[in-house]
Amino acid sequence: MLKMTDNQQRFSAGLDIGRLLRPFAGLVVPAAAVIAALAVGAILLGVFGANPLTGYRALLSGAFGGPDELAATALKSIPLMLVGVGICIAFRTGVINIGGEGQIIMGAIVATLVALALPDVPRPILVPLVMIAGGVGGGIWGAIPGALKAYSGVNEILSTIMMNIIAGFFMSFLLEDWLIEPGAIRIQQTKRLSQNADLPILPGGTRLHLGIVVALIVAILGYLLLFRSSLGMRLRAVGHNPHASRAAGMKVEMSITQALAFSGACAGIAGAVLVFGSESHRLIGEGGPLAFTQSAGFNGIVTALFGGLHPLFTVLSSYLFGGMLAGGISLQRVVQVPQALVIALNGVVVVFVVGSLKLRARVQRWAEGDIQMEDRA
Amino acid sequence: MLEMQGITKRFPGVVANEDVDFTVLPGQVHTLLGENGAGKSTLVKILYGLYHPDEGSITFEGSPVNIYSPSVAIRTGIGMIHQHFMLVDTLTVAENVALGLGKPLGLANLQPIRRRIREVSEEFGLHVDPDTYIWQMAVGERQRAEILKALYRNVRLLVLDEPTAVLTPPEVTDLFVTLRQLTADGRGLVFISHKLNEVMEISDEITVLRDGKVSGRTTPAESSRESLAMMMVGRPVEFTRTIADQTPGEPKLEVQNLRVRGDRGELAVHDVNIDVRAGEIVGIVGVSGNGQRELAEAIIGLREIESGQVNVDGDPVKTPTPKHVRAMGLAYVPEERMKYGSIGDFTVAENLILVDYDQAPYVRNGLLSFNSIEERSEQLVGDYSIRTPNTSTLTRKLSGGNIQKVVIAREFSGGAETLLVAQPTRGIDIGAAEYIHEQLLIQRSQGKAILLISEDLDEVMALSDRLVVMYEGSVMGRVSREEATIEQVGLLMSGVGELEISPVAG
Repeated sequence: MLKMTDNQQRFSAGLDIGRLLRPFAGLVVPAAAVIAALAVGAILLGVFGANPLTGYRALLSGAFGGPDELAATALKSIPLMLVGVGICIAFRTGVINIGGEGQIIMGAIVATLVALALPDVPRPILVPLVMIAGGVGGGIWGAIPGALKAYSGVNEILSTIMMNIIAGFFMSFLLEDWLIEPGAIRIQQTKRLSQNADLPILPGGTRLHLGIVVALIVAILGYLLLFRSSLGMRLRAVGHNPHASRAAGMKVEMSITQALAFSGACAGIAGAVLVFGSESHRLIGEGGPLAFTQSAGFNGIVTALFGGLHPLFTVLSSYLFGGMLAGGISLQRVVQVPQALVIALNGVVVVFVVGSLKLRARVQRWAEGDIQMEDRA
Repeated sequence: MLEMQGITKRFPGVVANEDVDFTVLPGQVHTLLGENGAGKSTLVKILYGLYHPDEGSITFEGSPVNIYSPSVAIRTGIGMIHQHFMLVDTLTVAENVALGLGKPLGLANLQPIRRRIREVSEEFGLHVDPDTYIWQMAVGERQRAEILKALYRNVRLLVLDEPTAVLTPPEVTDLFVTLRQLTADGRGLVFISHKLNEVMEISDEITVLRDGKVSGRTTPAESSRESLAMMMVGRPVEFTRTIADQTPGEPKLEVQNLRVRGDRGELAVHDVNIDVRAGEIVGIVGVSGNGQRELAEAIIGLREIESGQVNVDGDPVKTPTPKHVRAMGLAYVPEERMKYGSIGDFTVAENLILVDYDQAPYVRNGLLSFNSIEERSEQLVGDYSIRTPNTSTLTRKLSGGNIQKVVIAREFSGGAETLLVAQPTRGIDIGAAEYIHEQLLIQRSQGKAILLISEDLDEVMALSDRLVVMYEGSVMGRVSREEATIEQVGLLMSGVGELEISPVAG
């Protein structure tokens, strides 16, 4: 075992810096990545003849400048939080879930069907009911590739992407025919759904609705599941080392299926929130699946990774990412750049953040004095 | 040939090497002996350019050298055989050698490389065919391929990091013949090991490290196993164990006509019958890869049984899954503690309840009870002398011996009356191995039935009441401890003569 003496500590200058940084080790690298990404973004803005400083000031005030802006950011972040929490569960079980998009859509469809079938159920019951329905729809859509991976070895990255495509076309199919608003022609949308299913607006005079509460509850449940329950311990064990988990008597196949089911359920709830928290209170397929999901199925992966695959930190990172989305709109308006540039700016941030994850892991371990201990073995 | 003087290497919080002097003469095997964490690896990593010393100097063949990277080391004439082989499985020996020369594979002309491999192989009796794929080779062969790779680069000083850890007794004998040929050629060897018998056999000179410092320099002629162990551990070590006579009780584990297929579909276990009674240790010995792993995996339910039956505590196993078999009263210490035995990124506490995590009192209403877990793991850390800063330390940060103690503590304390124990002391230091042997004997005296699978012949002979020798998936012979000799068992292990030396039950 390691013995530490005062004398030895004095020799090791590296440790003191590490000590100071330790609490922030998880934050330093992603923060640096965001700054670097914004620097690259400044060049992009400059190329388009816009003043980067003005642009970024607009971005900041558009995201966090006042109650309405904070609420808009929160609204953008709800689906990211929900998908992100699900990603935490899947990735920690060692399952890569790229199927958030499809799971959002299936959650939205099932929730819509429930609202159409039971329009007269009172609001306090119908709102939770459609949220649960969303979870069930997304959960089943996640469990399918989960079971395929667990019992037949089908690569979940491929199957979840395929399931996205199936879900997208299935939604188009439903909205062109069976579920299309009566009397509407060629607009892919349902009729306005029952008001009893509307997510109530929270007091405070902003547009913020109950969806944020749903997202926070799911995040807390996700945290309890992963880190406080025996089920979560099994999932994490399988994620770290399926061989040892199996030898210890854990059911590896069932764990993989469950993880993708939970992950899909979180995304499915996001789908329900997108329907019943929207301004039009209906399921809209016009503009394609990405327009409906706001790409949250993919961006939720980024926020989960940015949040260190921890549900509660994922809430924070999702809020920041939501700020990018909300603030991007005002940036575009103030400095008059094409919308594509704002999307590109988001993309640059994603690339830098995801690209820095490995470095972050190293810095964290270095700060813990871990690298040296390992090497000495 | 090599002189390392006053080498000091500090890591934050520890001094891994402190003022270490180390000299190798041409034609000499110089052994570095020490427990895990004593600083052997650090010293040779400095020699191979993987670390830079904070203080001290290195002189090679008369001139001072600054080895700042492994490629400089190789150019200087220093090679290293790592414990984990640095070979690409899907390539042939010649391609691996070409890879080491740094040329793009597609462009390298393999013809001269092949020829030279044959020459080197012949010169040193390595029996390595340049066109064999690495994955086709046995462990001993792979090691010879590694040695050949170094010799190909005309290395004059070769460092062998625990080369015998992966070998069986006959392979060790072969390796030592090879090593002697290398020294006869004037090359110097640095041999790292903590197996005292081997060290006594092969070394010309021995340097013992403890806590980063040189704790002794000696030669086999001037020392004994006991004196070496004393230098390593810093206290006297008990080698001979007295095993109390006790009459075994009821059969606890019965394996009947078991047939099991291996990973490639071959018949790995061939009509094997074994039974283990309460209060006895039955040892299974055999050269690595003769069906022991498949046998263990079939018993615990990790591997499909083709035919035959396993009874635990008198009841046939109907649902062969680890969960079910464990519930019937069998505990399992798997081989490869890091892959099968524990989860490196879990804390010590989590690993200690890895089997019972979903049982009361560790879980209440689905939620983990951290108080119960903490209480239990504190107790086990104390009971099994697990050396860890605390129970929330990540398991991978512990030494191999302490990780193994975590696995042993979990499996032995769970109340199972039958223990299936595979390779419990492979690659761990003397102190921990000694401790685990003690624990096995304590379990025996408490009336547990123990099936001990090990490739360490000394270990099995010292602990077992009966020995079962496996060769190519079949039982070659059964011997009682009183009658077993290393020579007889060694012959059976090599598949020579299917003789029932003593027809004991088993």
